[in-house]
Amino acid sequence: MKGDFKSGGRLERVLRAGAFAVTGELGPPRHADPEDVRKKAGYLLGNVDSANITDNQTAVVRMSSMAASLIAQGEGLEANMQMVCRDRNRIAMQSDILGAAALGVNNLLILSGDHQSFGDHPEAKNVYDLDSINLIRALRDMRDKGVLMNGRELPEGGRPRLFIGAAYNPFADPEAFRALRAKKKVDAGADFLQSQCIYDMGRYKRFMARAVDLGLTERAFFMAGVTPLKSMGMAKYMRDKVPGIIIPDALIERLKGVPKDRQAEEGVRIACEQIEELKAMEGVSGVHLMLVEWEHMIPAIVRQAGLLPRPVP
Amino acid sequence: MIIAERKPMNEITGFIEGKAKILVVGCRGCVTVCNAGGAKEVEILASLLRLGAEKEGRGLHADELTLERQCDPEYVEELSQLMDGRYGAVLSMACPIGPQYLARRYPEARVFPALNTSFLGGALAHGVWSEFCQACGDCVIHLFGGFCPISRCAKSLLNGPCGGSEGGKCEVSKETDCVWQLIVDKITADGTLDAFMAMDLVKDWRTSRDGGPRRIVRQELLR
Ligand code: SF4
Ligand code: SF4
Repeated sequence: MKGDFKSGGRLERVLRAGAFAVTGELGPPRHADPEDVRKKAGYLLGNVDSANITDNQTAVVRMSSMAASLIAQGEGLEANMQMVCRDRNRIAMQSDILGAAALGVNNLLILSGDHQSFGDHPEAKNVYDLDSINLIRALRDMRDKGVLMNGRELPEGGRPRLFIGAAYNPFADPEAFRALRAKKKVDAGADFLQSQCIYDMGRYKRFMARAVDLGLTERAFFMAGVTPLKSMGMAKYMRDKVPGIIIPDALIERLKGVPKDRQAEEGVRIACEQIEELKAMEGVSGVHLMLVEWEHMIPAIVRQAGLLPRPVP
Repeated sequence: MIIAERKPMNEITGFIEGKAKILVVGCRGCVTVCNAGGAKEVEILASLLRLGAEKEGRGLHADELTLERQCDPEYVEELSQLMDGRYGAVLSMACPIGPQYLARRYPEARVFPALNTSFLGGALAHGVWSEFCQACGDCVIHLFGGFCPISRCAKSLLNGPCGGSEGGKCEVSKETDCVWQLIVDKITADGTLDAFMAMDLVKDWRTSRDGGPRRIVRQELLR
């Protein structure tokens, strides 16, 4: 994956240099106070190469991902701005892409988005004018061919220079199709892909073997999603209530064997062991640490997992 | 066909509050087939309303009538003798296309929809109906193994199942099949998976409701 930089951002440079990349996640607040974003950015800065700024995650109204991205970048943290297809049509999304690029965003990660029935405005109308793969291709064409979806040309200096991100979930069904769905995203133009939280390492390995076989890891960077389990309660909740997440019984047993007040510590230990294994796994280019509302733990975890210091690309 | 469902009783009783004489009009079209607004349901609703009025110690005169189709001026005309102001309310038990035809033809009448159009679909079993189409105006099911991802995927995805598909069910409801599981099973079995992988479909929504209210004019049928 040599050649010219797509965005020239930090994440892209780290990945292209062949270093094991680290991304984090920053959930914007459910209000307008920028201090909250700055505080979270403080935990992430220097510990990750870029932080995903979520777009109304779980369909709950939050500060817009573009605004929060800008605030985070003001603190020196590179944003990986997320954009979901749930809330906007192709007019608004292309417009936001142009706006984000103009404001200095380097990475844009495109998702279908959680259905609004999970969120705090289940009465909302959803949009889904495009799906995530439609939008990934549209963004690639805006950047590389310099055209909007309607064919209108963008001037040379007016193309959005964005490193294109996508998500993949090896744990959803049908299992055999998951790598093909990732292939569709790579074919459409995804430069890097981040996975859903991994707990079932066996299934993840099977997925990656398939992705390697399909040649996907030669064409895009695959990052592995890691979220430490805070407690046995959280593990059970995620297993039973969150669609597309698998938590093996062995992990639950392991947490059960530890007193309640030490379970978070054990969860972090499990995550660090996972990261060790992921570093050695063929086709894995980095980890994506999702610690939403647990951002202050990032520095400790990154240190414990031996991911410091972050390279200066 | 159109699958409809009767509105909650309290909403319907609200429509006829203070009226002594009402007409309940059914339809022999889709709503008869889906047991929502045919002659039988007209009879049930009229009886329920009479009973309710009786309980409250007042009389209610409720006439019953079921037309061949309410979305057809020819049949709507059959009501012309009755629409002389004798009814305080007309409850249409057709899908809400029917009451619009009635209200247009009989502007003096107070017409209310007794049903909600729920969706376009069909029966899965006796008493169970499911959505199959969203009238996007440009059918593409042949590209998806004969299944409609526009109406049957909660996110109208065109390129495969989202990350919430689990055990064949949709992330939005365990009661609902994930249509993408069905599509993937089908195209894997029938050998069209490669074509699907190469496909890059972006929907043009102009033919859907997004283009504004739709209308078809067929010149050869104009008289
Ligand atoms: S593709 Fe369009 S016309 Fe065909 S079944 Fe689906 S919504 Fe209806
Ligand atoms: S689970 Fe299946 S049907 Fe439901 S939104 Fe996801 S892909 Fe669509």
